[in-house]
Amino acid sequence: MSSSDLTWEPSPREQERRAVRRALRRRRGLLAAVVTVTVFVALGLVVTSSEGWDQFKALFLSWHHAKEAFPAIAKGFWINIKMFVVGEILILVVGVLVAVTRNTVTPWLTPLRIVAVIYTDVFRGLPTLLVVFVICIGVPALRIEGIPTNVTVLGTFALVLCYGAYVAEVIRAGIDSIHPSQIASAEALGLGRAQTTRYVVLPQAIRRVMPPLLNDFVSLQKDTSLVASVGVFESLFAAQDYGNYNFNYTPLLVSGLFFLALTIPLARLTDWLGRRALIRERGR
Amino acid sequence: MTEVLLQVENLRKSYGDNVVLDDIDLTVAKHDVICLIGSSGSGKSTLLRCLNLLEQVDDGVISFGGREITDPRIDPRAVRREIGMVFQAYNLFPHLSVLANCTLAPVRAGGVGRRDAEDRARTLLARFGLADKASVHPDQLSGGQQQRVALVRALCTEPKLLLLDEITAALDPELVGEVLEIVRAEAEAGMTMILATHEMAFARDVATSVCFLHQGRILEQGPPAQIFTAPREERTRAFLQRVL
Repeated sequence: MSSSDLTWEPSPREQERRAVRRALRRRRGLLAAVVTVTVFVALGLVVTSSEGWDQFKALFLSWHHAKEAFPAIAKGFWINIKMFVVGEILILVVGVLVAVTRNTVTPWLTPLRIVAVIYTDVFRGLPTLLVVFVICIGVPALRIEGIPTNVTVLGTFALVLCYGAYVAEVIRAGIDSIHPSQIASAEALGLGRAQTTRYVVLPQAIRRVMPPLLNDFVSLQKDTSLVASVGVFESLFAAQDYGNYNFNYTPLLVSGLFFLALTIPLARLTDWLGRRALIRERGR
Repeated sequence: MTEVLLQVENLRKSYGDNVVLDDIDLTVAKHDVICLIGSSGSGKSTLLRCLNLLEQVDDGVISFGGREITDPRIDPRAVRREIGMVFQAYNLFPHLSVLANCTLAPVRAGGVGRRDAEDRARTLLARFGLADKASVHPDQLSGGQQQRVALVRALCTEPKLLLLDEITAALDPELVGEVLEIVRAEAEAGMTMILATHEMAFARDVATSVCFLHQGRILEQGPPAQIFTAPREERTRAFLQRVL
């Protein structure tokens, strides 16, 4: 076949078709560009021509105040980063354990299964802020020896409790979506139930639920700000603090940019990882 | 020769450097039953997928009903509405009942009323011994039953051409018969079909013409009597010796 590979030239008809495809693509691209520009220019005009635009600019878009507040916000954001990096790892562990527990069948684990069900039901249902309050204020009040009293640590623990419940349900949905034939073929190879879950079901399940999982993690990153309510000087609190003293809210947007700078690359990264895995599996 | 339904000229398809189909010419008249034979990887499935526009060809022209369907300006959905396809792995929708599998396309894409679509589906299901399975879900059926449902699903859109991609390859030998019976009945009723198959006895029986594919080319084409008893090509003979 290689000889014809070397000699093959697209026929005139094929070249014509390629030209048509190119033209169609160009037309779609052009249309997309026109629509996009029109919509965004129109939106921009509506906002900037509004009556209070100058006031808004002074209050929210002041370069001076952005620079002034930056160091405090950056310092605060470091706390956010620590909280969700530690939190995300723990949440994934809790989520997987709870999800797997709910799907076990051994009678020995019945009490654990009940605990898992109650845990997800309760912590999914409670407002996160409430859990943060109870854990950060209530737990130190117990004055039990050996239990940390640092609010950042307790706040992270509260977030892990809440998000572990969400993530457990996401992962359980992923596990349930794996076709029984996969489990059958793993068990037919002599793998035990735990091995089947670990090596066959979970890897496929986690990949399938990557987008909603990322959703929860992005949401967690934002919710690390909830610990501000118990006095942790994380970035949003720092921004708010600055705003209250200087009567300017630019720092809030600066803090927002910090969050975006983290979540957007993370979303692109997971998209890329997912696509790469898909290409590897399907061969194209 | 009666009216030509499908005409393929100089078809070429490659994935990167890998040329899967090369210089394919094929003419299918109405009521023809064309069997594609050849070893795995010879390009049978890819050819069928190209005919249904599931793959974009790299060169060549496919005409269906006198109209070039490889034209980029053509709406592939309009073409596919007139071509039925059945896959090796059944590809039934597991979340829908058998009846819903069969009526989805006629109702949503074909503009047929629900009542009419259901009547037609039930008639076909009954004809192929599946009358009592209309309300169950596909995963509860045996492989042979599932593939029969897949055939009914394809027939429900009243296609002018039926593409069958090794539809018995995943079935137990004892289940192959019940599926092929439907194919035979459709062939006798005058349905135009192109089928990739490993069932040589069946091909010999129902085909009006047999194509032997080798490394992406149609190496030899002729009536089954000729291909199976007096193949011209050495490689056809070698292949037939291995499978017969």
